Amino acid sequence: MEHITLNHFLFVSISLFLLGLIAIIIRKNAIMVLMGVELILNSANINFVAFSRFSGNLINGHVYTLVVIVLAAAEAAIGLAIVLNLYRLNQNINVDEIDQLKN
Amino acid sequence: MDQLLINLSVATLFIPIIGFIIVLLFGKRFKKLFLFEVVLLGINLLLSIYIAIVKLAYYPMQKFVSEFTWIHFISTSKYVPSITFDLGVMLDNVTVIMLFVVNLISFLVHLFSIEYMHGDKRYSRYFAYLGLFTFSMLGIVLTHNLLMIYIFWELVGVSSYLLIGFWFEKWSAANASKKAMLMNRVGDTGLLLGILILFTNYGTFTFDKIFQQIAAGNLPFGSYAWLTAAGILIFMGAVGKSAQFPLHLWLPDAMEGPTPVSALIHAATMVAAGVYLVARVFVMLTADALLFIAVIGAITSFIAATIAFTQNDIKKVLAYSTVSQLGYMIMALGVGAYSYAFFHLVTHAFFKACMFLGSGSVIHAMHHEQDMREMGGLKDKMPITFWTFIIATLAISGVPFTSGFLSKDGILLATLAFGKLTGHWLIPIIAYSVAGMTAFYMFRLIYLVFFGEPRNHHKYEHAHESPIVMTLPLIILSTLSVFWWYSLNPIDPSNGVFLEKVKTPNSIVPDVQRFQFMIQDKAKEVVNNITHSELYMETLHHFHYTALAMSLILAGLGILLATYIYKWRKIDVDALAEKIKPLYLFSLNKWYLDEFVQIVFVNSALKFSKALAWFDLNVVDGIVNGSAFVLRQISALGGLIDKYIVDGAVNLTAEIIGVFGKGFSKIQTGKVQSYVLYAVFSIILLFFIVKFF
Repeated sequence: MEHITLNHFLFVSISLFLLGLIAIIIRKNAIMVLMGVELILNSANINFVAFSRFSGNLINGHVYTLVVIVLAAAEAAIGLAIVLNLYRLNQNINVDEIDQLKN
Repeated sequence: MDQLLINLSVATLFIPIIGFIIVLLFGKRFKKLFLFEVVLLGINLLLSIYIAIVKLAYYPMQKFVSEFTWIHFISTSKYVPSITFDLGVMLDNVTVIMLFVVNLISFLVHLFSIEYMHGDKRYSRYFAYLGLFTFSMLGIVLTHNLLMIYIFWELVGVSSYLLIGFWFEKWSAANASKKAMLMNRVGDTGLLLGILILFTNYGTFTFDKIFQQIAAGNLPFGSYAWLTAAGILIFMGAVGKSAQFPLHLWLPDAMEGPTPVSALIHAATMVAAGVYLVARVFVMLTADALLFIAVIGAITSFIAATIAFTQNDIKKVLAYSTVSQLGYMIMALGVGAYSYAFFHLVTHAFFKACMFLGSGSVIHAMHHEQDMREMGGLKDKMPITFWTFIIATLAISGVPFTSGFLSKDGILLATLAFGKLTGHWLIPIIAYSVAGMTAFYMFRLIYLVFFGEPRNHHKYEHAHESPIVMTLPLIILSTLSVFWWYSLNPIDPSNGVFLEKVKTPNSIVPDVQRFQFMIQDKAKEVVNNITHSELYMETLHHFHYTALAMSLILAGLGILLATYIYKWRKIDVDALAEKIKPLYLFSLNKWYLDEFVQIVFVNSALKFSKALAWFDLNVVDGIVNGSAFVLRQISALGGLIDKYIVDGAVNLTAEIIGVFGKGFSKIQTGKVQSYVLYAVFSIILLFFIVKFF
């Protein structure tokens, strides 16, 4: 039985991060994009906890993870509100079609 | 007491100018305001009589001076001296007599004008101008320095200009005033230069200070020539103002002004200002300057007398006789007869003013007819004018028992002595011939105007004696033309009241530059103001009866000839004129001097200005236009550089930036996802850069 090391955690974390990033980049649905963001946040959380665990059981990492979870909740709320408003404005939430920044 | 006299004389100076200002400002609103000016002049006259009596009776030998510093320039450089301008008043016998003469004639002319100018549309302005003139003239008389003389000199010029051109709607009057102004300017330039020579050397304008320095042997620029030049240049002022040859041409034309003005300005006072000026600087005139002055005076009196023969305008005859008599005064100064020159100035002022006002009275009666050929037989119509005119004419002709005889005889005697002692015989010859000519043309005037048959019956019928305000001045002036005011001895004035008060002052010019006869004998102590040598006095005594007889004979001949021709009609004038036609035309056309000036000076000045205009148009304008053209080309070039190089650089920069911008704008899709993608790739790129470099 192989010992679970920091690298395993980091591998999970980076997989999650890449999945989140891909979701942000390629998904057309704004909700999906938001979900990608959540994935990235969570990958960061795993990093925090893992580094905390493998660097002398310090509590700091855990505390930051809690802060990030709260932040993610708030971000989700705001993000959904933005999506709702986008829908009101454009009658859809397709990120490809939202390019008003261009002009 | 002297302070009182000074104050009163300053008051007489400023009273007329008050009248001038008030009448000028309010004359249009209050029609009777001109009376205010007349009353002011009356007050002035009373003041000047008081000053003259007190001065002459109680302080005949004193000279009252009051001065103050007007401007003081302090110099900080040692090369430039500090300059002080003093203003001041000097009262001596000559001044107070002139003060009285000017005020009296001015007052009488004011009175006369009330009627003469009646109904003129610029009535009150006329009186205002008279006030301005009186002020300026009194300024010349009272001042004690050359600076103020120059200032007031120009002021009389201005008032003369205004009054000659008073009827400026008339083309000839406007021209005459212009001519007077321009001719005076020539003389005034000389006067200014003379004053500046003295000021540069002595640093003061005051007569007494200048004379003191000359007497101390301090000559201008250290040479007699400059002293002579200063004298002649100051005399130039008199040549202009006193209408001496060759600047006498303006005075006859000045007769375009109203007749009372001619009496006041162009007969009695202003034209005498030149004589007065020369008298003021008499003591510093060298022998050369005096000879020059005498010659100019003689030439003037002769030319004017010959012209007066043939003139038909009554005022022109009087004008030329004025020029002639002014020449007499100048000549008298030139031959050293200072006191007689001033004597003649005063007597001439009275009788000539009387004649001019008399002619004004005649002209008024004849409804502004001035041509003597239209007059005649006015003797019975206008008895007061006639008799006063007769007295004045006798005076100017030098008939005994008149004032003119006294002064003229003195001048003739002085010229005779001068001719004997210096050998310049032409001067007495001219003087005597002019005396005879004067008598002739004045009596010609009398016969044409007052005797014979009326030639214009219509105007004759309407002629009438002038009212009292016009005849009263005539009576007063003709009374003053009789001998007893000046000397109780009707033959010899030298011990009379007038010449007692006016003595020839001592010349301060060093002996070498004086006429021999003007040098006092050193052995004799100076007891009084006699400037002349014993020899001169002896010559005067020697010639006394000769001179008297000759002047009487010549005056008598002149009168007789005039009577023979114009009264008894023994000679047909027209036939005579036809016989000596060239001479007649020469005299009638005033020696062609006007034409000469027209051709030589006016036309050449016009040609010169035309040449200058051509030069201006072609050369100066050409230079200006050429430089403008060159500038235009240069700026066109600059424009091209601006357009293609400077603007090109700017535009090129903009183009380049535009191209880049277009390129970069391609990646600005506006899509959030692409931005994220860029960010990710950028981070990866950065990672590699950090990693491998």
